[in-house]
Amino acid sequence: MGTHDHDHHGHHHDHDHDEQRWSEVELRVKALESLLVDKGLVDPAALDLLIETYETKVGPRNGAHVVAKAWSDPGFKARLLENASAAIAELGYIGRQGEDMVVLENTDRVRNMVVCTLCSCYPWPVLGLPPVWYKSAPYRARAVREPRAVLAEFGTAVTEDVEVRVWDSTAELRYLVLPQRPPGTEGMDEAALARLVTRDSMIGVGEPLRPGEA
Amino acid sequence: MDGAHDLGGMHGFGAIAPDPNEPRFHHPWERRAFAVTLACGMLGRWNIDMARFAREDTDPQIYLNSTYYEHWLRGLRRLLVERGLVSAAELESGEAAGPGPVPAVPASRVPTLLTQRRLARRPANAPPRYRPGDAVRVRNLHPRGHTRMPRYVRGHVGVIERDHGVFVFPDSHATGAGEAPQRCYAVRFTAQTLWGPDAPAADRVLVDLWDDYLEAA
Repeated sequence: MGTHDHDHHGHHHDHDHDEQRWSEVELRVKALESLLVDKGLVDPAALDLLIETYETKVGPRNGAHVVAKAWSDPGFKARLLENASAAIAELGYIGRQGEDMVVLENTDRVRNMVVCTLCSCYPWPVLGLPPVWYKSAPYRARAVREPRAVLAEFGTAVTEDVEVRVWDSTAELRYLVLPQRPPGTEGMDEAALARLVTRDSMIGVGEPLRPGEA
Repeated sequence: MDGAHDLGGMHGFGAIAPDPNEPRFHHPWERRAFAVTLACGMLGRWNIDMARFAREDTDPQIYLNSTYYEHWLRGLRRLLVERGLVSAAELESGEAAGPGPVPAVPASRVPTLLTQRRLARRPANAPPRYRPGDAVRVRNLHPRGHTRMPRYVRGHVGVIERDHGVFVFPDSHATGAGEAPQRCYAVRFTAQTLWGPDAPAADRVLVDLWDDYLEAA
């Protein structure tokens, strides 16, 4: 847990301090939940269902499906780039924090990457809930200012002639990066392609896996 | 507001340190904080811009020392009282003085509510003031309330990349003063415009900005 807490918080704390902090927060959350249940404002079964949905059902496999379909179906790709919300809805991925989608296509000349400097806007229906680093101060501060250094920390090198385009999600548009189809994937079907698509490649900080890496 | 949440471009935060084996939630309380926040939001007593403002409107030291779900909890506690669902005394004591003013959203309605599109998009109400390719300057505005104009673009000139259409205006929506729908555009800035001559010449930053944030350049 100590390691998580360091990553989680972006600072170094001693373990005992963290333990004490989280047990206090836990008590406050429990008190708040039972107050809301007592007042009839929340249904405990609804809470369980919300957690189950976002812990087990909605995640980056949805986005991987979208990307793999775009790689293997030119008609779908054209629709996705023209009207992302409608094309993604064709696959059944709809709902909150994905109401107005925009898909950004990476090419040999252009590399897109997505951040929300003001909070943590993220396309839930296709990527699930955001990872801690996406919500953290270092990523939000640095992505717009030194994207190439950020990409390097994710192991992604970008040559000088490539245009890096950083999209700051300040409005109700939600962005999904369409990474380039990896070489050596000719003949792979949609399901096999989807296994190569990583969450980070759809945020724009990483690359899809190569065949044999999945 | 010029708060600690407006992080774009700040120096000094260090490495990003992604955890490849990150769990969806780090502590059991995070699950509950997440779900309670969503369930209370479904009661319809506030909108997303009010929720964002409730999270960001705090002492910068508190903001920077809070984790994500601590922001959510702090915002939720404030909204519950401000929007009349719970009294400050109830929040303090944990004891319910009586039933809430609205019934809970039952679990049976959750799947529908989660897949319902809650669009912030509104019908076009006027022709666009700017077209793709137009140069615009971000106005030098520093409202004390909620805004989605990050500090790092204020006063700078960019180019309209795309017209997203008409959207609810957060600055107004966050106060309950109305939706004031207006055009929102992706505005493209060169990295050198924002960060000076040392930034890579090829790089661009795109920010979604509403009509009221912009003027012709």
